[in-house]
Amino acid sequence: MTHTAASKPILKLMNVGKSFHKQVVLKNIHLTVQRGEVTVILGPSGCGKSTLLRCLNGLELIDEGSIRFNELELTPKGRQWQAVRERIGMVFQSYHLFPHMKVIDNILLGPLKVQKRSKAEALAQAEELLERIGLLDKRDSYPRELSGGQQQRIAIVRALCMNPEVMLFDEVTAALDPEMVKEVLEVMLQLAREGMTMIIVTHEMGFARAVADRIVFMDKGSIIEQGNPKSFFSEPQTDRAKRFLQQFYEIETWKGRDVI
Amino acid sequence: MKLDTTFMIDRIPDFIQAALLTVEIAAIVIAASLLIASMYNVILYNRVPVITTLVRIHVEIARNTPLLIQLFFLYFALPSLEIKLSNYDTAIIAMTFLGAGYLTEVIRSGIDAVPAGQEESGLAIGLSRAQLFRYIIFPQALRISTPALFANFIFLLKETTVVSAIAIPEILYTTTSYIALYYKTYEMLIMMTAIYLLLFLPLSFLLSWVERRCQHGTIGT
Repeated sequence: MTHTAASKPILKLMNVGKSFHKQVVLKNIHLTVQRGEVTVILGPSGCGKSTLLRCLNGLELIDEGSIRFNELELTPKGRQWQAVRERIGMVFQSYHLFPHMKVIDNILLGPLKVQKRSKAEALAQAEELLERIGLLDKRDSYPRELSGGQQQRIAIVRALCMNPEVMLFDEVTAALDPEMVKEVLEVMLQLAREGMTMIIVTHEMGFARAVADRIVFMDKGSIIEQGNPKSFFSEPQTDRAKRFLQQFYEIETWKGRDVI
Repeated sequence: MKLDTTFMIDRIPDFIQAALLTVEIAAIVIAASLLIASMYNVILYNRVPVITTLVRIHVEIARNTPLLIQLFFLYFALPSLEIKLSNYDTAIIAMTFLGAGYLTEVIRSGIDAVPAGQEESGLAIGLSRAQLFRYIIFPQALRISTPALFANFIFLLKETTVVSAIAIPEILYTTTSYIALYYKTYEMLIMMTAIYLLLFLPLSFLLSWVERRCQHGTIGT
């Protein structure tokens, strides 16, 4: 994505820290995300990348530092997260569609009940989004009638229908069969091309490289390296990142796949 | 021993009357209990201070004392506090006190069984806590609780026998009255058993049918 260096960041994290009881899960996080930028967060399990994502829409509250969303300070405890969450969409690893609602009602719940938009207008947008991901014929299905990949694409549409300014993706392909991973990643790639601001936690290295404007590498609750994908994947600066990537290359080689 | 069938047939209208009263009491009690239990769960879910404790106290008293004692407490204690209630009202209130306690626990366990991810994804689209409860948590909790709820409905229907203790002319009271008046013990016990079975068996079938309908198409993986 192209963006001028002078543009105002959409998200700015300064010195963010968080602990669960005595366990430090995030420390000294500094991160700036520009509008239209695609940031991919990589790192070993338990490094705090999902927690970091969840702090951005208040599913977890930070203990230290500050998060700025546009001009809004998200730090205070009493913050009206509801208003923020309308503008920051999130997609989860296990989709979490509402099982008792049809696909279309899953998508319309937020626009109608939270944003109080007109039924006709929201419905038109929902159908257009469903059309774009090729699932318009599933509008009256229940989630359990759909494959994992379809459910995850619906979950993306559910978040998109709120017209968010930022989309958070938390290992959205980790629970999917390999065949379905692709259909979900394609939707995300399309979104990135359209200029959506995205923060993605993933273990799909090939995808990370293809979609990212910037790679953020985390370990033990800190960001230890960040940069553009090309330099990160070809010449990681830290030993930790080198070892991390090495493991993926090894496995990819075992499979006999054409590596990145 | 010979059954006095003429006597039995003559008593049929009385038993129908009694059955209707039983069903009426049970229906009112179940509806009121369900309403109260739902409101209680809103309170519990939102952890409203003080009221949450009061709800817990009600639930524990209701579940850990016999219905007969609860009934006697209202029947004998309230008049001494200058609160005069009819027997019918006393019966309804005592049974609702019990029913609300049980149903509160049933629904609460349903709420606990809704996966945590549902709450998170509801919050993530900006729902308020009240909306989250109304649109996401409660409907799913009700579906999860359906079998247990229905078991408790039948339990409450059967518990109506207890209110015969304060002279409510439901089925058991009607039976024992006729036994006392005419000594037709066997006839009346047979009538009573038959009418209870006629009442409960179709109900059990109906409820398990509804239960299957509820589960189908709406929930599951």
